[in-house]
Amino acid sequence: MATIEKDSVTGQSTTGHEWDGIKELNTPLPKWWVYVFWATVVWAIGYWIAMPAWPTVNGYTKGVLGYSSRADLDNELALQKAGRAAWLSKIEAAELDAIEKDKDLLRYAMAGGKIAFGENCGACHGTGGVGVAGAYPTLADDEWIWGGTLADIEQTIKFGIRSTHAETRVSEMPKFGADGLLKPEQIAAVSDYVVSMASRAPAKGSPGEAVYVENCAVCHGEDGSGQAALGAPALNNQIWLFKTAKASAKDMVAAQVNAPKHGSMPAWADRLDPTTIKMLAVYVHNLGGGK
Amino acid sequence: MFKHHAKIETNIFFMAVGILLTVVVGGLVEVIPLFSIESTIEKVKGVRPYSPLELAGRNIYVREGCYNCHSQMIRPFKDEVERYGPYSLAAESKYDHPFQWGSKRTGPDLARVGGKFTNEWHFRHMVNPRDVVPGSIMPGYKHLVRKLDYATIEADMKANRAVGVPYTDAQIANAKKDLEEQVNADPASNPAVLASYPKAHVGPSSDDPKVRALGVTEMDALVAYLQVLGTMVDFKTVDLSKVRR
Repeated sequence: MATIEKDSVTGQSTTGHEWDGIKELNTPLPKWWVYVFWATVVWAIGYWIAMPAWPTVNGYTKGVLGYSSRADLDNELALQKAGRAAWLSKIEAAELDAIEKDKDLLRYAMAGGKIAFGENCGACHGTGGVGVAGAYPTLADDEWIWGGTLADIEQTIKFGIRSTHAETRVSEMPKFGADGLLKPEQIAAVSDYVVSMASRAPAKGSPGEAVYVENCAVCHGEDGSGQAALGAPALNNQIWLFKTAKASAKDMVAAQVNAPKHGSMPAWADRLDPTTIKMLAVYVHNLGGGK
Repeated sequence: MFKHHAKIETNIFFMAVGILLTVVVGGLVEVIPLFSIESTIEKVKGVRPYSPLELAGRNIYVREGCYNCHSQMIRPFKDEVERYGPYSLAAESKYDHPFQWGSKRTGPDLARVGGKFTNEWHFRHMVNPRDVVPGSIMPGYKHLVRKLDYATIEADMKANRAVGVPYTDAQIANAKKDLEEQVNADPASNPAVLASYPKAHVGPSSDDPKVRALGVTEMDALVAYLQVLGTMVDFKTVDLSKVRR
């Protein structure tokens, strides 16, 4: 190791290191840097005292401020709840139709319902309730499978359709073809009849009509107007849940009569609070003109 | 003191020992409290080991790299709790080896996706996400509609048991039966798999006969896993201020 010497130009000592004749100056750290360093050390000691910091045997030092991010969240949520209470408590207390009649409440419920719908319902029913052809019903029209009144919609949201909830809406159409209840030619005939009914020109007196009256009318109605209590959709219009662009209406009806597909929807009562469900019911009811 | 520092700096042996000591002490101070502090894992009821089908689904989740775009960690922030539900507890992933908290959200958080959508929706969405979410940039996972290989499911459960997941001998012995039953049984018939694994989502991912003909598919496993995420703890019965860290 070389010796420490004084540099004649700067007046600083060298470090005593030397590589290939190059020596290093031992310039001290700037004063401001040293002060900041010691300030952070002092800050750290204060932090240990104020905030949760050191582990102990089975726990940790909680700090005199007792900070916890989860407690912090509780406070934030409580503040938010208090901030919204003015409106939410009114919605909570009001009957669904009273919410719709009160302009201000309706506006609030629609805004809240829209957000909840986007996060929870939109994945299937699409933004604004447009639905998915061949899979999920459009909510932005006035055609309802399980009923379009406010109470009907609320019940559907709460308990779902063929869901795991004990109070779920449930019904099952028989597999007329697959279980041999109808012969293939009967299925063809009744499919023709249903398609004619859908175009508002039911083929009265056709062989399909007899099959329809005997097997289908009990749920879907003599005139095909459906029965919301059973989740039996109306057949006297051209709104089909399971029709895709590829299949013709008749093929789709025949497939449904043969071995029906059944839609399902989760129950939301355990996931969303009652007020949110109310806002959702109002929102959905207002999307396309509920009954 | 600083005089002797030069000795350490110029002697590779002292330097190596010094570095080792520093890293060991630093590491132990970080790791030991996680085992010794009682509140690290909250005491909540309901968290159970994954059913064999869910475990197989979880393996697919890891294999396909779902964690690259989806987190499973609802942080204790107002906006996250508002959107996803109660914040994630450490207890909820105590049987995850490794945990799937993730660190990136290209897609939404999945910590509480269980029960949010139907199996049928998950199937459709996995095959082609754009069919149900028009703006989605998630890739399709159509290839999961193939037979699930679950020959090693018992070994998988044993490996988990070796690192602390409390699978019983009976659960391991019944693994294949439970796995098949969770897909094929009628949920209303209260199948035995539910006794071993409460709240398991029973049923196939798709009713399509062509899919069912394949037997238990990878999609069935993945959907069963997704459907149980975040559903084990009943937050109506948990006082979060009591389990708080």
